[in-house]
Amino acid sequence: MIQIQVLLVFMIIAAAIAIGTSDLLGAVVSIGAVGLGLAIVFLLLQSPDLAILQLVVEILSLVILIRAVGIKDTVNVRERRFIATSISVILMGLFLVFASLAILEIPKFGNPAMKLSFLYLKDGFRQTGVPNIVSAIMLDYRSFDMLAQIVIAFTAAIGVVVIARKKIYVNKDKK
Amino acid sequence: MIKKPAQGMTLIVKTITRYTVVLILMFGMYFIMNGHLVHGGCFAGGIIVALSIIHIMLAFGKDVAFKRITERAIKLCIGLGAFSFLLLGIIGFTKGAFLYNFFRKPGVDYIGQPFSLFSSGIMPLMNLAISLTVASGFCAIFLALIVYKPGGGDKNTGRKL
Repeated sequence: MIQIQVLLVFMIIAAAIAIGTSDLLGAVVSIGAVGLGLAIVFLLLQSPDLAILQLVVEILSLVILIRAVGIKDTVNVRERRFIATSISVILMGLFLVFASLAILEIPKFGNPAMKLSFLYLKDGFRQTGVPNIVSAIMLDYRSFDMLAQIVIAFTAAIGVVVIARKKIYVNKDKK
Repeated sequence: MIKKPAQGMTLIVKTITRYTVVLILMFGMYFIMNGHLVHGGCFAGGIIVALSIIHIMLAFGKDVAFKRITERAIKLCIGLGAFSFLLLGIIGFTKGAFLYNFFRKPGVDYIGQPFSLFSSGIMPLMNLAISLTVASGFCAIFLALIVYKPGGGDKNTGRKL
């Protein structure tokens, strides 16, 4: 348990550096440090499926972000806005107060709130015949969620290709 | 093997890439094919396959990568993966419900031999469809950053579109 808390403190420090620094490339590298720390946290919580997925997605998004930083010019905004900063600090304090009240209501670490998950663990291998229980839940019991994830991935890829293409159709009535 | 590296990164990066790209592609294929037996699964396998193509694009430039896979094939694969997943769901209507495992016989618990490669009905086919969509989708996103030039603007008016 102490390893996870040390890693969480490291991730919070890296996220604060990513916000505070003025170098865009440094901010991207700090975001990568947050994601790789999260992969180790998943590994310590005994979920290697999520650890593999988080590691791979983090590397891919880091490559895409570094490529995107190289294209755009460096925008550096240095303004001091006292009213907006104070309002956001007050709102953040209110959020922390209510969040600390809500944490007391959450069931303890390691006790699942849903009683249905015991049923999956007990009958999952017999009903589906799949040794990997995560794959059994994702593709058999919860396959409508998988359909929605496929729709999201398809729409994101098509949307990026349509928006970022070079040839943009101007209205032809002007010429 | 990739021959005649003309442009791209330095010689060290090119030499290491030439030997490791095949291993990365094979590792992704292993994740996809054994997604219902070991840890990993369809999303991670698809992204590893996409990373191997991105690896060639980064090390050798986009001209070498386009000899292996074209832009038209990537756009075809995005639609093909999503459509085949939907088709697997619709075929399940012949046995009663949407996304039903239509290899299942009534009264029998296990489908096929457990712990073997070809078992558990439509799940390997689902893994294949999902990984096809994810791999070609992330390739298309990276290709949009390399090939297309953002903010090109109109030549006649000079204003940015």
